[in-house]
Amino acid sequence: MTDIALSLREVDKFYGPIDYGVHAVKKLSMQVGKGEIVALLGSSGCGKTSTLRMIAGFEAVSRGKISLGGREIQTFPPVRRNVAMAFEGYSLYPPLTVRENIAFALKASKLSQGTVDEKVASIARLLEIEDILGRYPSSISGGQQQRASLGRALIRDASLHLLDEPMGQLEPQLRAVLRGRIKHYIKERGLTAILVTHDQTEANALADRIAVMEGGVLQQFDTPQRIKERPANLFTGTFVGEPPMNVFEASVTASESRLAFGLKDGVRLEYAASDFSHAVRDALTKRQRVALGVRPYAVKRSADGVTGRVAVSQWLGDQTHIAADFAGGTLVLVEHDRTRLEIGQPIGIRLEPASLHVFDGETGEAISHGEELA
Amino acid sequence: MEAMSPLERILRGIALTLVVIFFMFPIVWILLMSFQTNETILRIPPSVVFTPTLDNYAALITGKLQTAAGTLDIAFMRNLGNSVFLSVVSVAVALLLGVPAAYAFARHKFRGSEDIAFTLLSFRFAPPLLVLLPLTQYFQWLGLSNTYFGLIWVYQLICLPLILWIVRGYFEDISADVEYAYRIAGHSWFATFRKIALPLAGPGIAAAGLLAFIFAWNNFVFALVLASADKQPVTVGALAFVTASGIQYGQIAAAIVLSITPTLALALYAQRYLVEGLSLGAVKG
Repeated sequence: MTDIALSLREVDKFYGPIDYGVHAVKKLSMQVGKGEIVALLGSSGCGKTSTLRMIAGFEAVSRGKISLGGREIQTFPPVRRNVAMAFEGYSLYPPLTVRENIAFALKASKLSQGTVDEKVASIARLLEIEDILGRYPSSISGGQQQRASLGRALIRDASLHLLDEPMGQLEPQLRAVLRGRIKHYIKERGLTAILVTHDQTEANALADRIAVMEGGVLQQFDTPQRIKERPANLFTGTFVGEPPMNVFEASVTASESRLAFGLKDGVRLEYAASDFSHAVRDALTKRQRVALGVRPYAVKRSADGVTGRVAVSQWLGDQTHIAADFAGGTLVLVEHDRTRLEIGQPIGIRLEPASLHVFDGETGEAISHGEELA
Repeated sequence: MEAMSPLERILRGIALTLVVIFFMFPIVWILLMSFQTNETILRIPPSVVFTPTLDNYAALITGKLQTAAGTLDIAFMRNLGNSVFLSVVSVAVALLLGVPAAYAFARHKFRGSEDIAFTLLSFRFAPPLLVLLPLTQYFQWLGLSNTYFGLIWVYQLICLPLILWIVRGYFEDISADVEYAYRIAGHSWFATFRKIALPLAGPGIAAAGLLAFIFAWNNFVFALVLASADKQPVTVGALAFVTASGIQYGQIAAAIVLSITPTLALALYAQRYLVEGLSLGAVKG
C-alpha cells in the first residue's frame, strides 16, 4: 500500500454542537490505497454512512482531516472533490430517462457523444439494464433504479467511488452475479472504491479490506480473511461470520502441564499446556475472566468430548446447523454432511485449542487466536 | 367506487348536484344580473326571463356611469389595471424572495431558522387591521402611502408567507440525495437549485403562486386604507357603485364578472399544475 488515495485522520462527527451533540463518528483514522476496494461494515447507526457522507462532502467534518489524492478536502464543496457516489435511495433525476441519468454523470467530463453512448451501453450491459435505458425512473422497479444509480456512479472516472448499500434491493441471484462483475470492473480500471454495507457476504466478496464499525468507532480494519481468523475484539468476532461465533464466559486455571477453562454449569475444557504458546499461557493466566469464542464451523463432535444436548438440528440443503444446550447456553455447530440427530440426544463436543478465540472478559479485546497471541 | 348500489349512486348524484348548485348559483346569478338593467334586477318576484343588455359592460369600459341623478365618472378599467399590476408584481416579488428563502429553510437548519420561518407565517395570523393603523403612520412618514411600491410591499404580508410555507413543503419532499447526486457530478449548489430543485418543485411553486395571486387579487382592506382612487384595485373600486342615487346592481354584477375572469381563467389554466403538484410523490420512486 505505497500509494494512498484517501486518508482520514482523527475524524469526528457530531450532529448538533461539537462535543455536545450526537457523537456519530469517533476519532476515525484510516487509509485507503489506490485501486483498493474497502467495505465499511456495521449495523444501522454505526456511523458508516456518516463517514461516507463526510468523504463526499454532504456532511461537515466536525474535527479531523480528510485527504484525497494528497489534497486536504474536508472543507471543499462536493463539486471540487472529484468523487462519484451511488446513493442508497437511488436518487435518480425523475425528469430524465435511465440513459440520460447515467450519461448525465459524464456531462462535466466533456466527452464526445459517441464515447458517452459507448460507455453507457457498456455499463448497461454490465448491470443488465439495457432494456430499460429508455424508461423513466418512476416506471421501473427498485432493483432497476438501484442498478441505474450504480451505473451513474461507476461510469465516472473519479478519484474515489462511494457506494452506499449498492445492492440492497437486488434479488440474491443477480446480486451474486453483479458482485463479481462490479469487482472486475473496478479492478480492471484501477478505481478506488468505498462501499457501505451491512451485508457481510457482500463485504467479503467485494472488498480487499473491511472496516468494521460500531458505535462510531472503527473496530478493526483488515482483510476479510484476517477479520474472520483474527478478530480484534469480541464485537468483530461475533458480528462477522454466519452463523455467529459461539461465545462463553470462562475462568482460566493453569498448572505446570494443564490449562483449563471453567464454563458455566461446571463444564471444564481441559487442554495440555503445550497446546498454547508460552506467551498465550502467560496472558491467559493473568486474567480472571475471559470470553471464549469458537466459530460454528470449527466445533467438532467426538465421543470423548464434553456432553451437550441437541436442541435444534436443521439440514439446509448443503450443511447441517445444530444447536446444542451447552454450558448454560447454546452452542451452534455446522457440519457439511446431512446429520440426523434426535432432539435431546446427547452429543460429545470437542473444541480444538487451535480454534479457540479468547477475549478479555472486561474490555472484549482479543487475547489469543489458537495458540498465538492476538 | 366500483361496487356501488343503484340507491347509493342516486343519493350520490343528488348530493353532488346540491353541492354544485350551492356553489355555482351565485356565480350564475351574477352573470345573469350583469346583462340586466337595475329595473329588471329589482323586479319582484325575480325572473330569469329578460331582454339582455350590454349597457353595464359599456358603462364600465367607457367609464361613464348613467344614474338617475346624471352621469358619473368611474375608474373601473383603471382599477382593473391596478388589480392586475398589483397582484402580478406582488406575486412576482414574493416568488423571487420566497422561493429561495423556502429552499434555504427546507435544506439548511441554522440557528433560529424555525423561529424566522414561523415569524413570517405569523403575519398571516394577525388580523390585517392590527397592523394597518401603525402601518398607515409609517407609510405617511416614509412617503409610501398611495404608491404602488408601498402597496406591493404591504401585499408581501399576504403573498410571501403563503409562498414560503407551501414551497418549503415541496422542497422538503424532494429527496436531498437527488441534489447531492447532481452536486457530486460536478455542479455548484446554485446550478443544483436551478436545474434540479426548481423544476422538481415547479408544480408546487405554480400552485403557491396561483394561491398567492388569488389572495392578493381579493385583498380589500390594505388597499382601502393605503391607496387612493387612482391606485385602487377593483375590490375597493367597486365601492364607487354605491352612489347617492342608489346601488347600481347591474354594473356591480358586470364589474364582478370582469374582475373574477382573470383569476378564474388562471385557476382553470393552472389546474393541471395543481394536479401535478399533488402527484409529486412520484419523485421518491
